[in-house]
Amino acid sequence: MIGQEVAEDGTSGVQRVNLEYARRPDGTLHVALGGEWKLGGGLPAPQGVLEEIARPPHPQRVMLETSVLAGWDSGLLTFLLAVVSRCTELGVEVDRHGLPEGVKQLLALATAVPARHARRRATPKPFLARVGDAAIGWRNGWRDTLAFIGEAFVSLLGLLTGKARFRRSDLLRALQDCGAQSLGIVALINLLVGIILAFVGAIELRNFGAQIYVAHLVGIGMLRDIAPIMTGIIVTGRTGASFTAELATMEANQEIDALKTLGIPPMDFLVLPRLLALSLMMPLLCLYADLVGITGGLVVSASMLGISPVQYLEETKRAVGLNHLFLGLFMSFVFGVLVALTGCMRGIRSGRSASAVGEATTSAVVTGIVNIVVATAIITVISYVLGI
Amino acid sequence: MSSASEESGAREAHRKITVSDLTMAYGDSVVIQDLNFSVNEREIFIIMGGSGSGKSTLLRHLIGLQEPARGTILYQGTSSGLWEMAPPERERLLRRFGVLYQGGALWSSMTLAENVALPLQEYAIADAEEISELSSLKLALVGLAGFEDYYPSEISGGMTKRAGLARAMALDPDIFFFDEPSAGLDPITSRRLDDLILDLRDSLGATIVVVTHELASIFTIGDNSVLLDGESKTAIASGNPKQLLAESSDPRVHAFLTRSRETGRG
Repeated sequence: MIGQEVAEDGTSGVQRVNLEYARRPDGTLHVALGGEWKLGGGLPAPQGVLEEIARPPHPQRVMLETSVLAGWDSGLLTFLLAVVSRCTELGVEVDRHGLPEGVKQLLALATAVPARHARRRATPKPFLARVGDAAIGWRNGWRDTLAFIGEAFVSLLGLLTGKARFRRSDLLRALQDCGAQSLGIVALINLLVGIILAFVGAIELRNFGAQIYVAHLVGIGMLRDIAPIMTGIIVTGRTGASFTAELATMEANQEIDALKTLGIPPMDFLVLPRLLALSLMMPLLCLYADLVGITGGLVVSASMLGISPVQYLEETKRAVGLNHLFLGLFMSFVFGVLVALTGCMRGIRSGRSASAVGEATTSAVVTGIVNIVVATAIITVISYVLGI
Repeated sequence: MSSASEESGAREAHRKITVSDLTMAYGDSVVIQDLNFSVNEREIFIIMGGSGSGKSTLLRHLIGLQEPARGTILYQGTSSGLWEMAPPERERLLRRFGVLYQGGALWSSMTLAENVALPLQEYAIADAEEISELSSLKLALVGLAGFEDYYPSEISGGMTKRAGLARAMALDPDIFFFDEPSAGLDPITSRRLDDLILDLRDSLGATIVVVTHELASIFTIGDNSVLLDGESKTAIASGNPKQLLAESSDPRVHAFLTRSRETGRG
């Protein structure tokens, strides 16, 4: 009928926490707590006392006694809360008079509002239900996307009829951000890609004595596909992601709601300048990337293959036609539209928390890159059929 | 400013925070200069003032987020300011602080229980089971028992504040800092929060520093206060708010405490 637990301080061997409980003949369970009852000192678990309370016949009442308590913190409270809630469950009276004033108050606070037992994270849904949810989510996602594209198109028509409302300074800022400030990274990546392409080509073509065709490889490759794709991917990561993060944060701060209540459509005010800026700047960036890529090829040819720059440029001129150039520029224009739309849509449709902004940005970059690759495939097939 | 200095001699040992000649600035622009006050043990100390008077900046200095441009802030049991301390000592001191931010500042990717548990886990002062009991206890103390698995986005503004308070209590701090606890709450919820603050002070014996401009709260909970003024860039009054209202002859103090339009600035 008597329990005693002592926790010892490992370092000094000094008795720190002391718990004694015993039943009195009158049916009272006397629980005495003593010592420095603080966290981090190996507090006794309440199980012993709880079992004693639950052991039939239940005690008439539980008397909590702390006359030899030296100090306490939340560790004591969790212990007492466990004891008190067990007693409440079993209808056993608790005598709290022996507790320090502060502990009494905190216990009262902690038990003042009954716990909500309707915990939300219920049993996981069955497999079929999850498949169904995913399918419905997918369908809603598509519907949402189409609605967004539709709204953007309407807004674009508004621009043509002079009804769209946005600030010129926003457009200029977006133009500067997508265009001029991307030049460095676009140049670096495309120069390296041009060099790599020429290098790989040179090694293979040298076997056939056909080094001069490196100019064809680099020229056609860069102009038709590689420059637009590389530029598109860079812009997705750089500009598309920044559109998403910016708009998602605006959504989280209710800035977009503020626009709506003023009667300014966010589509006009936020999406349109970004869409215009990116679709105008992408072809220009792509043109720049073409030049830089060909320069990369030229450097490799001149240094490795002994082809003179003039010869290389002559050969390039012979190899590439305007059709290659325009196809590439058209593709980059399409990428610009796709990246701007995905970036803005993910931002505007984002949730309002920090993690939602992160998710939206990830999703914008992933969707943007997938869109670019899929669009390339479609355009390549069409241009093959049309003989471009 | 006189009533505080009269009592201060006797209360030297009970000073929790002593601010001397504090000047706060962002770069070259001074927010508040030559500020002197002290916060005594177990009192609820109000930092009040109009919008833009530097209340929140002062709080950021008190909790060590910003370094004073000049002057010192000393805490009970330390001989140097937060910025002159060795990192371990600084960490020990910061553990004694519980901060409730204006918007709650709950980590949105974690449930309420995880929010409360994180400081406990970081300082590894209890095992996993104890931590889960402790976080339930702290949530129960603020009336959120049973909300352990909710995310911050799923609860109301008042509950967010209370959950923030539960997190502030996680490490059993002895100094609490509350930034505008009742901002954005309805009168009843904000009154309940005031009661909770009083309860916590009485039961935990903690010292509480509250930044607020809500007059109702100021008079309900404040034991002592300092009134900052953005115009003169310093404190224009300090002492018990009720006493200030009754005794201060400064028209600016009166204007603030009675919401009157006459500011006395001409």
